[in-house]
Amino acid sequence: MAALAVDIACPLRSFELALALEVGGETVALVGPSGAGKTTVLRAVAGLVRPRAGRISLGGEALFDAARRIDLPPERRRVGLVFQDYALFPHMSVEQNVAFGGRERVAELLERFRVAHLASARPEALSGGERQRVALARALARDPAVLLLDEPMAALDAHTRGAVRAELQELLRELGLPTILVTHDFEDAAALADRVGVIADGKILQLATPDELVAAPSDAYVASFTGANLLHGFARPTREGLTEVVLDGGAVVFSTDRAEGRVGVVVYPWEVSIAHAAAADSALNHVSAPIASIVTLGNRVRVRVGPLVGEVTAASAERLDLERGRLVVASFKATGARLVPLRDPSGPPETVREGAESPAPG
Amino acid sequence: MRRAAFHAVTGLAVLVALGFLVLPVLAIFLRVSPGELIERVDDRVVLDALEVTAKTNGIAFALTLLVGTPAAYLIAARRFPGRALVVTLCELPLVLPPAVAGIGLLAAFGRLGLLGGTLDALGVRLGFTQAAVVLAVLFVAGPFYLRQAIAAFEAVDPAMLAAARTLGAGPARTFARVALPLASAGLGAGAALSLARGIGEFGATVMFAGSLQSVTQTLSLAIYAQFDVDFTRALALGALLVLFSAAVLLTMKVVPLWRRSPSTSPVLFAPSSSR
Repeated sequence: MAALAVDIACPLRSFELALALEVGGETVALVGPSGAGKTTVLRAVAGLVRPRAGRISLGGEALFDAARRIDLPPERRRVGLVFQDYALFPHMSVEQNVAFGGRERVAELLERFRVAHLASARPEALSGGERQRVALARALARDPAVLLLDEPMAALDAHTRGAVRAELQELLRELGLPTILVTHDFEDAAALADRVGVIADGKILQLATPDELVAAPSDAYVASFTGANLLHGFARPTREGLTEVVLDGGAVVFSTDRAEGRVGVVVYPWEVSIAHAAAADSALNHVSAPIASIVTLGNRVRVRVGPLVGEVTAASAERLDLERGRLVVASFKATGARLVPLRDPSGPPETVREGAESPAPG
Repeated sequence: MRRAAFHAVTGLAVLVALGFLVLPVLAIFLRVSPGELIERVDDRVVLDALEVTAKTNGIAFALTLLVGTPAAYLIAARRFPGRALVVTLCELPLVLPPAVAGIGLLAAFGRLGLLGGTLDALGVRLGFTQAAVVLAVLFVAGPFYLRQAIAAFEAVDPAMLAAARTLGAGPARTFARVALPLASAGLGAGAALSLARGIGEFGATVMFAGSLQSVTQTLSLAIYAQFDVDFTRALALGALLVLFSAAVLLTMKVVPLWRRSPSTSPVLFAPSSSR
C-alpha cells in the first residue's frame, strides 16, 4: 500500500493553507469550519488546485513537486474524489456514470454498491443514499490508489445518515486505501476515521485518534469541535491542590487539571448528571438553573441547563420528569472538568498556544 | 369599477400589439393564393436566390459552429485579465447597425481596405463574391451563437468538469463527453438564432457583396430587388422566409421539451455500451 504524503502551502482568500500530512492505509478525517481549507487539501491532492509550494507524493511517485516543477494533471493521478454533491453526470445513466471512470469492473461495482437495478436510471431519479453509492462506485471504477471524500454525508437527510455511515465505515475498512475525508461533523469523523485532524485557518491544530482528541484536546477550539461543553473562566490554584475556575457567568467550578489565568473548561455531556437537588455524592461541581431545552436522540436525551449540556438516558429523563423550564441541578466531577488553553484571537498571546500546535506534523 | 377599466385597457393593449405584429406576416399569405405562391417559387430568380442563400449560409453556419464552439468554451472556462473586454468585443457586432458592419467589412477586406493589398497579392478578390456574403453573415450572425455558447458553457457546473478529469478524462474527452452534452440546449438555441439572423442578413451583405443574381443575391436581397419589378414574386420570396423563420422558432421551443424527457439520450455522445 503506497502511502500518501502531503506537504503543501496554498494561498486561500484570507490566509494560507499550510499543512503536512502522511496517510498510510488508513482514513484521516479533516474536520473544521467551512472555509478552513479542508476541501482545498482534497483538490490539491486530486490535481484540481496547484499549491504555491511543497510536494505531494504517492509511494515513491511525485504527483506534485514545486521545486522539481512536477504537476501531474488530474487524469494522470490515481486519485478517486467523491464530490460533496456527488457531481454525477446528469446526462448519463448510472451505468454510464460508473463506466466513465473505467469499464473493466462496471457490473461488479454496480452489484457491490447495490445499484445494479438502477443501471439505466438517470441520477435525478435517485435518492441521496443511492447517489452517494453511485459516486463511490464511479470513483472506484478508476481503480484509485487514494480515495478522497468531500463531505460525504452532507447531502443526506438525517434519516439515512446513520445507515450510510455504517456502510461507509465498512467499505473504508475493506478497501484499506489511503483515504482523506473532509467533514464538519465530528461524529462522522470519529465513526469513519482512524485519525482526525482539526483544521482551522489553514492549519492542523491537532491530529490524533478520535479518542485522544476527546480525552486530551490540545486547546479549546479542538474541544469545541468534539462536541464538548466549553465554559470560559479564570483559573487559580486552591490550597487543596485543585484548580478553582471562576466562570464568566460568576459560578465557580473545580478541576483536577492545573492551570492559571484565562482557560476553557471542557466537560463532556456524558459526564454531566442531572438531578432535582444537589446530591451528597463525589461531584464537586453543581450548576443550578431551569432546563433551557430538551432534545431526544434515540435512547438518549440532551438537556441544556444554563451553560451546560448534559446527556442522560431516556429512561432517566422520564423517571425525573424532566421538562423545559423545570429547575434542576447539573453536576460533574472535578476529574471530568478538563482545562484547556483558549484560542482567543483578540486576547493576549499565550504561552500554551505553542504546545497546542505541536501535535501537528511539520 | 376601476379594476374593470384597468383590465379593459390592458386587454386592448394586447389586442393592438398582437394585431400589429401578426398582420404584415398574415398579409403575405392573404395577398396572393397559396397556389400562386408555390408557382412563383419555381422561377429562376427565386431558385437562384434560394441556392445562394443555402450555400453561403451553410458555409457561414458551419464555420460559426466550428470556430465559435471551442472559442466560447475557452472564454467561459478561463478567468483572465481583460476577459470582460473580450466578451464585450464578441457582442459588439450584435448592436452594430448593419450599414456600419457593411462599411467596416469594406474598410477591412475591400479592395482598398486594410487587408485589401495583402489579399490582392495572394490573388484573393472578395468584393462582390459569394465569399463576401459568407463574411458578412459570419460577422453579423456569428456573435449570436458565440454569446449564447459562452453563456451555455458558463452554466455547466465546474464540479462536473473537475469530476471528469479526476475520473481519468483528459481535457478533450471532458469537453466532448461532459461539457458539450451539458451545454447542448444552450448551444442549440444559439445556433438557431444565429442561423435565422444569417439567413435574414441584408444591410452588410448588400454593401459588401452587392446583389448579383445567382452570385450574391440571397433571398432577402432578392425581395428588395423584386418588390417594384414583380410584387407577387417578392411575396413568394417573403413567404419562403416566413416559413423558414417559423420552423426555426418552433425548433427552439420544441427541442428543449423533447430533450428533457428521460427516455431520450444524447445519442451522439453516449458511450458505446460498456460491454
